[in-house]
Amino acid sequence: MELLNAIVALSNFVLVPAISYGSQLALGALGVTLIYGILRFSNFAHGDTMAFGAMVTILVTWWMQSVGIGFGPLPTALLALPFGILGCIALVLLTDRMVYRFYREQKAKPVILVIVSMGVMFIMNGLVRFIIGPDDQNFADGTRFIVSARDFKEMTGLDEGLAIKTTQGITVVTAFVVVMLLFWFLNRTRTGKSMRAYSDNEDLALLSGINPERVVVYTWLIVATLATVAGVLYGLDKSFKPFTYFQLLLPIFASAIVGGLGSPLGAIAGGFIIAFSEVTITYAWKKVITYVVPERFEPDSLVQLLGTDYKLAVSFVILIIVLLFRPTGIFKGKAL
Amino acid sequence: MSETVRNTALFATVGLLIVLTGFLQSWNSALLILNMGLVSAIMALGVNLQWGFAGLFNIGVMGFVALGGLAAVLVSMPPTTEAWAVGGAGILTAMALGAATIVAAVLLMKRMKPGKLRGLAVLAVIVIGFFVYRAILDPAVEQIEKVSPAATGYLGGLGLPVILAWPIGGALAAGAAWLIGKTALGLRSDYLAIATLGIAEIIIAVLKNEDWLTRGVKNVVGIPRPVPYEIDLQNDPAFVERATGIGMDPVTASTIYVKLEYAALFLAVLLMLLWMAQMALKSPWGRMMRAIRDNETAAEAMGKDVTARHLQVFVLGSAICGIAGAMMTTLDGQLTPGTYQPLRFTFLIWVMVIVGGSGNNFGAVLGAMLIWFLWVQVEPIGIFVLEVITSGMSDGALKSHLLDSAAHMRLLTMGVVLLLVLRFSPRGLIPER
Amino acid sequence: MSGNPYQDDRGNKDRSIANPKGSGTAEGARRRGMATPAPGGPFLIGENMTGGYGKGPDILHSCTISVDQGEIAVIVGPNGAGKSTAMKAVFGMLDVRSGHVRLDGEDITSLSPQARVVKGMGFVPQTNNIFTSMTVEENLEMGAFIRTDDFSGTMAQVYDLFPILKEKRTQAAGELSGGQRQQVAVGRALMTRPKVLMLDEPTAGVSPIVMDELFDRIIEVARTGIPILMVEQNARQALEIADKGYVLVQGANAYTGTGKELLADPEVRKSFLGG
Repeated sequence: MELLNAIVALSNFVLVPAISYGSQLALGALGVTLIYGILRFSNFAHGDTMAFGAMVTILVTWWMQSVGIGFGPLPTALLALPFGILGCIALVLLTDRMVYRFYREQKAKPVILVIVSMGVMFIMNGLVRFIIGPDDQNFADGTRFIVSARDFKEMTGLDEGLAIKTTQGITVVTAFVVVMLLFWFLNRTRTGKSMRAYSDNEDLALLSGINPERVVVYTWLIVATLATVAGVLYGLDKSFKPFTYFQLLLPIFASAIVGGLGSPLGAIAGGFIIAFSEVTITYAWKKVITYVVPERFEPDSLVQLLGTDYKLAVSFVILIIVLLFRPTGIFKGKAL
Repeated sequence: MSETVRNTALFATVGLLIVLTGFLQSWNSALLILNMGLVSAIMALGVNLQWGFAGLFNIGVMGFVALGGLAAVLVSMPPTTEAWAVGGAGILTAMALGAATIVAAVLLMKRMKPGKLRGLAVLAVIVIGFFVYRAILDPAVEQIEKVSPAATGYLGGLGLPVILAWPIGGALAAGAAWLIGKTALGLRSDYLAIATLGIAEIIIAVLKNEDWLTRGVKNVVGIPRPVPYEIDLQNDPAFVERATGIGMDPVTASTIYVKLEYAALFLAVLLMLLWMAQMALKSPWGRMMRAIRDNETAAEAMGKDVTARHLQVFVLGSAICGIAGAMMTTLDGQLTPGTYQPLRFTFLIWVMVIVGGSGNNFGAVLGAMLIWFLWVQVEPIGIFVLEVITSGMSDGALKSHLLDSAAHMRLLTMGVVLLLVLRFSPRGLIPER
Repeated sequence: MSGNPYQDDRGNKDRSIANPKGSGTAEGARRRGMATPAPGGPFLIGENMTGGYGKGPDILHSCTISVDQGEIAVIVGPNGAGKSTAMKAVFGMLDVRSGHVRLDGEDITSLSPQARVVKGMGFVPQTNNIFTSMTVEENLEMGAFIRTDDFSGTMAQVYDLFPILKEKRTQAAGELSGGQRQQVAVGRALMTRPKVLMLDEPTAGVSPIVMDELFDRIIEVARTGIPILMVEQNARQALEIADKGYVLVQGANAYTGTGKELLADPEVRKSFLGG
């Protein structure tokens, strides 16, 4: 019984939040890694791309809510998501046309593109704040919980409750579906394979008749979709604030690099590694330990390794440790 | 010759913009722009040293600036004797233990043979060390933070003149940079960018949360000044007499006088650093740096230790950012960890360097002054423009939303300026020669 | 400082922000010209080509190279003579400042490389000529990228020609040996069913035995009726199988003739064949 309680407490406070956060990071990191693999630079504007996609979704959600369109127990935002994706696609394609394409024509070095993406970051950041403002926005509706702590306790008779928020469930399911689709696309379709080929060897892709501009457009389409999905899921689960999305850039980069930049599988693994380390290291373990150890060993303190404010620091420390031992990330050489 | 004329004209334009601010708005705001512009110019010099001379991508400027700010507090604030009494020993012991743990782990790593045993030993040292460190640190921290939390609740500083904090801030930043550089530049492939991005966030997290050190988000206010206080000047009959003598209100005169003194101090530091950067650029060391930048393989073949040179320039550049950070905190008179944001303290500095001209010290200074001027003035201009645009609109949600959003125009503008310069003048306003 | 400020990365080698892997050097990918009819002449000819990379100096000086139906044409010459550059120029991977490229009665000078693939040109570069992270079969599929019809027949032909590839078809091409990689590279180019095949030093870096085998395969390909234009380091061996040979020196034609003529020419023997 005690052990069961410990497991439930662990699931409630560590596993469930870490899995949903990990899914969000993984989706974000996939976008970064695709840009890195195919366009060959780290996109600093990715956090703000996520924010923009989420913002469009929120605006459409609000409109739907105001005219009474709902999605039953699920959040209305899921209905609005396709519009958010379209909006985000429109923005990134416009950006590519007006900004990035010129540098491709010039055969600019990737590091120049990184600086260019800083400019894009400023613009997107300003744009989002200009349209929706810098404040917190809440747009989640529908049923709040799949399983609430109280129901769980009544059902099982345990002292500890396990709560699974609807948004957490949706996050994991959506992330899973999106990732499966992406992998199917990259590994099984002609276009997906041409993207991998372009990433592997640009000149040879050209010699095979693959049109670079089409590959780039497809990449942006996928990246915008991933970014919007990640942004909306994060916003549903936590809340939407432009600055938070900008701050997400570090854990997202950390995930992508830990996994091995350019490797989609690595991005997913990295997302979960970072999420689990963040949650476990900043979680106060007292409750779980109390259940497991005999009474006289019960800890007095919270048994929290680091304060929750050090979340960002944790992702970075993990990153450094991985890089020290495996400079190319966990999935080295496993490009797209 | 035409180049010199052109550059002088560019600097004169920025000067004119600031003077115009003085005439059109107030001399107070003009001097505010000038002072922060000077500090920004120093930060830009630091980044230019790293990116312009050596191609090192430092996106953790914010962290080094914040470390400089920390130095200002640690050097100039009076020590909280009570806090030292209750927790000083504990903190010092914990710090020593923490350092010892890291040294022990590094030594084990170097001495023992690679293998599982080494991994376990290092892990054990780190884990045990961490818990012992926390066991000693936590109670001490608790004691310190209990000491009149509303006013102090931290250890305070050394009570020395604040000017001393400037070089010390530089040294602190240099130390941090050395650690980062040693790890990130020593890796088989170079991971400096992400390392600096991360460490900057960590430094800010520490400043925000370690209340015993910095009072965290409660801020340290009232940092002693290197220049007189306005109120003292206003009470000084000689000053009042001189002010009225030139037909100025003593209160206005005092604020302007203080800002002018700051400006003089900052200008002196800027000119000194600029001179040093120029000398470095022209010296054999500077030529070698550029040789490495332009062809690393050839430089390596000639026996140059590229990693060591990179580490050197990274540390130097970061130290300059640290100096600027200490100066900024001195100017503000307070350390507010909550206000450090990467957009403002890292990426804006980058915009300054790129717009000014990477690889050119004068370019960095010009870019810093110009971009800082825009950063400050875009907001009022944005409000004005939006007021003109919306003047024909009926009052409503859209109009008020647009007017409220004017503040975010500055981010948009910075992005547009950066992209325009990158596209049409990729070498910047004053290109590298 | 390089001429193009957009290409000035200040020696930055930061892997966490910039990905150097697999980035292209080919120019002309964005060329949007059309082919114009130009009847007559050899099947494929690069005529009086002058040009170089980017804004750099000219490497080719009025260089002419051609191959006709059923022929093997070989380009030989000392290091740095511009042999590979000539191939790239014919394929449109660098801008020809003057001169023309004609294929099968059409002037294709202003076509992009990918458009030339559609017109029926196949090219195997000297290095980086396979997709290392993709399987052998995926490499062949990418070779057939422009084809919308069923290409399983062609793939079977390639596997017949290079049986080892069939065995290793699910392996990543990057894990293969040097000779096998070259087979993948040639196989990939054959997948489009090209009207002309261009090979840039197909035997570079492989052992003599593998080299002989590769030459045999190339002759086999030529027998199927595909004209082959090839750059070779091993001049003697290459000229022996060549119907037509070109000796390039400093980006210009020095000697031209049939393979046998060149092998017999005392000047050529003295300068390039080691006596």
